[in-house]
Amino acid sequence: MSDPVLEIRNLSVSYAAPDGGRTQVLHDLSLSIGAGEVVTLVGESGSGKTTTAQSVIGLLAEGARIEGGSIRLLGQEVTALGDAALNGIRGRVVSLIPQDPGASLNPVRTIGGQVSEVLAAHGVPRALRRDRVIELLGRVGLSEPERRFDQYPHELSGGMKQRVLIAIAIALEPALIIADEPTSALDVTVQRRILDLIDDLRRKTGTAVLLVTHDLAVAADRADRIVVLKSGRVQEQGAVADVLRAPSSAYARQLLADAPAFATARVRPVPLGGNTAVRVEDLRVEFVQRGAKTFRAVDGLSFSVPRGTTHAIVGESGSGKTSAMRAIVGLARPTSGRIVIGGQEITSQRGEDLRQFRRQIQLVYQNPWGSLDPRQTVGQIIAEPLTNFEPMAKAEREARVRAILDRVALPPEVLARRPAALSGGQRQRVAIARALILKPQVVVLDEAASALDVTVQAQILRLLDDLQRDLGLTYLFVSHDLSVVRAIADTVTVLHKGQPVETGPVAQVFANPASEHTCALIDAIPGAKRAPTLQGA
Amino acid sequence: MTLQDTLLPRRSRTLPRLHVAIRPGLALAVAVLAVVTLWAMLPSAFTSFNPVAGLPADKLQAPGAAHWLGSDELGRDVLARLIFGARQSLAGAVVAVAVGLSVGSLLGVLAGSVGGWVEQAILRLIDVLLSIPALLLSLALIVILGFGTVQVAVAVGVTAVAGFARLIWAEVVTVRRSDYVEAAFGSGGRFFAVLWRHVLPNALTSVLAYAAIQFGWAILQISTLGFLGYGAPPPTPEWGLMIAEGRNYMTTSWWLTLFPGLVVIATVLATNAVGHALTRRLQ
Repeated sequence: MSDPVLEIRNLSVSYAAPDGGRTQVLHDLSLSIGAGEVVTLVGESGSGKTTTAQSVIGLLAEGARIEGGSIRLLGQEVTALGDAALNGIRGRVVSLIPQDPGASLNPVRTIGGQVSEVLAAHGVPRALRRDRVIELLGRVGLSEPERRFDQYPHELSGGMKQRVLIAIAIALEPALIIADEPTSALDVTVQRRILDLIDDLRRKTGTAVLLVTHDLAVAADRADRIVVLKSGRVQEQGAVADVLRAPSSAYARQLLADAPAFATARVRPVPLGGNTAVRVEDLRVEFVQRGAKTFRAVDGLSFSVPRGTTHAIVGESGSGKTSAMRAIVGLARPTSGRIVIGGQEITSQRGEDLRQFRRQIQLVYQNPWGSLDPRQTVGQIIAEPLTNFEPMAKAEREARVRAILDRVALPPEVLARRPAALSGGQRQRVAIARALILKPQVVVLDEAASALDVTVQAQILRLLDDLQRDLGLTYLFVSHDLSVVRAIADTVTVLHKGQPVETGPVAQVFANPASEHTCALIDAIPGAKRAPTLQGA
Repeated sequence: MTLQDTLLPRRSRTLPRLHVAIRPGLALAVAVLAVVTLWAMLPSAFTSFNPVAGLPADKLQAPGAAHWLGSDELGRDVLARLIFGARQSLAGAVVAVAVGLSVGSLLGVLAGSVGGWVEQAILRLIDVLLSIPALLLSLALIVILGFGTVQVAVAVGVTAVAGFARLIWAEVVTVRRSDYVEAAFGSGGRFFAVLWRHVLPNALTSVLAYAAIQFGWAILQISTLGFLGYGAPPPTPEWGLMIAEGRNYMTTSWWLTLFPGLVVIATVLATNAVGHALTRRLQ
């Protein structure tokens, strides 16, 4: 066999620590990728995945240093190369598909100009560039490539922008493409199409791919081999089928257990005839756009949720699920329809009545980094709803806060800390505690786990499950991720372009999807290829 | 300063952290400000000369052993006048920034949190204020308010209102759209409670740094007005006025203009350096 495209041997990387010392983030990492092979690097955030990718392309963050080991690209050692030599390699031998398509394109330059840039940097004559760029844009599956050439990034959707970035990455037909979480900012269906595209390009050109992801299911679908990373150390590597069938390391076993895509549907008896906690009837939400045109974000949504169960509202971005959710929690006023929570009609309430009603329904936001005031302590954050609704002695309030903190399994030490000192999972627990302290009947979870690593996500989902059982809570779970929905919800409504296309018990919807759109969503769940074998094993 | 303390109850607890790892340039700036502040507080501890009454026998002496920075046409010690003048400049700047910060905060918070036509009206008012040259505006105000140290400070403060108001408005608008403010309303917070607990502390973080930079600007404005003869009347020792008076002797007695000029420059540079350091820390 010829030289591997990429060979990393005993790579160690350290970062400057705030105290002046150095923290080692990669320990003796070794891996190799042959021509045309797809290797995925899987691990939680902070495991060193991105650092590995950055060292290969010579773009380590400031303060990082390669302590030892070697990185060879097509047999050439790159760790000792200067910037000038690396520039010759970047794009031509190895290229990067970055993580966030929204932030990776220059907003004031046209798409064509940005793709041309990489061609110009490697000496393609000006006269040939336009044609080459249009051909590339066509190859990555963008419709009307000639029109796209003169468009600006803001005129494109997230998936289209990611295609442009892929066009830039493949422009010079490099031997290796590094894809750093290329789809984690995208909807499932778009994610699937982007991954298909990368797959397709690889087959046609024989490019090797290093796919960095936190999602084991994506890895399972797309890779030949898998490298599991934790705290900068390789836990296990091998052929995907072997690792998934019989993981040898404890960490890989845990990742497998936590991946929602591999979880089996939750089957539990839906309480029949129990009283209804939430009833939504023919909900419509419209926005007036520029030029007095009305845009109907939600059109005729109806469902009801029995007390103590979980109902999921599923859809892609732009499907209207967020508008529906905001109307249900009373943050936005619906155009028409009825929303009844615990027997109370809420659409007609305003002012003090609406404020009092908020005790019944609480919201947990998607992003635990944005939903907690950075200047408050955890104790203040959790106590705030109490100060709003139930003036009580300080000692009593503190006791209530401690009790709820214990419920969400956080140690009392965090009370004095600020959100910046907490991890993502801890912050989400604080947000859940804040939502629960008023003992609401209904908790609305807006993608409440999707900003977190799989393992943390699984912990949060388990916590939510326990809380529901113990406190008799009713959940409304808003998500784009059907695999999570399958793991936590009893009933589900699928929204598409504002209209409910399907509603019913989760098991039934998954087994016999009635609408085409639901089928597409279910198909897009990564890991589907391997899931049956796993369940059989 | 009491105003800032009441508006920023939590900031004060984290302030000590700001002084970790001070670079040499910043240390120099802090030292300059410390000296000038001490001058303002205890001027007689630094000089034995009278800043107002001179010794006619000593007039227009060059810097030397008796008068370290020389003496002026009435035989007054230049260093003594600089030291006593610090109080004029610093107190004036404090008043000016306090006026700008308080009125500006009120307008900015009102515009950012109420919205609607109130916001539009305030923003247009700010636009108008910003379109009038600061010096012209303060001159006009002094003519209306009358001459004097306090009047000058208030006039300079009013010209700073628009800048503060616009910055605070922008911060409030950003904070208002954040999830945590929505979450605060969602957990039953009333308008003023949310404003007080969440919007104000978060919006005022960057305003504090801006205030430090405005402080240097206010010193400069007060000196300029003093130079133009609109500030404290003679024989008050005021830096801008000293430069104006020394102008007539520029060719023969350079020290009369040079040293006051240097003190103004050093003080303004120092406050700017501290202000920028604060900005970096707070963001």
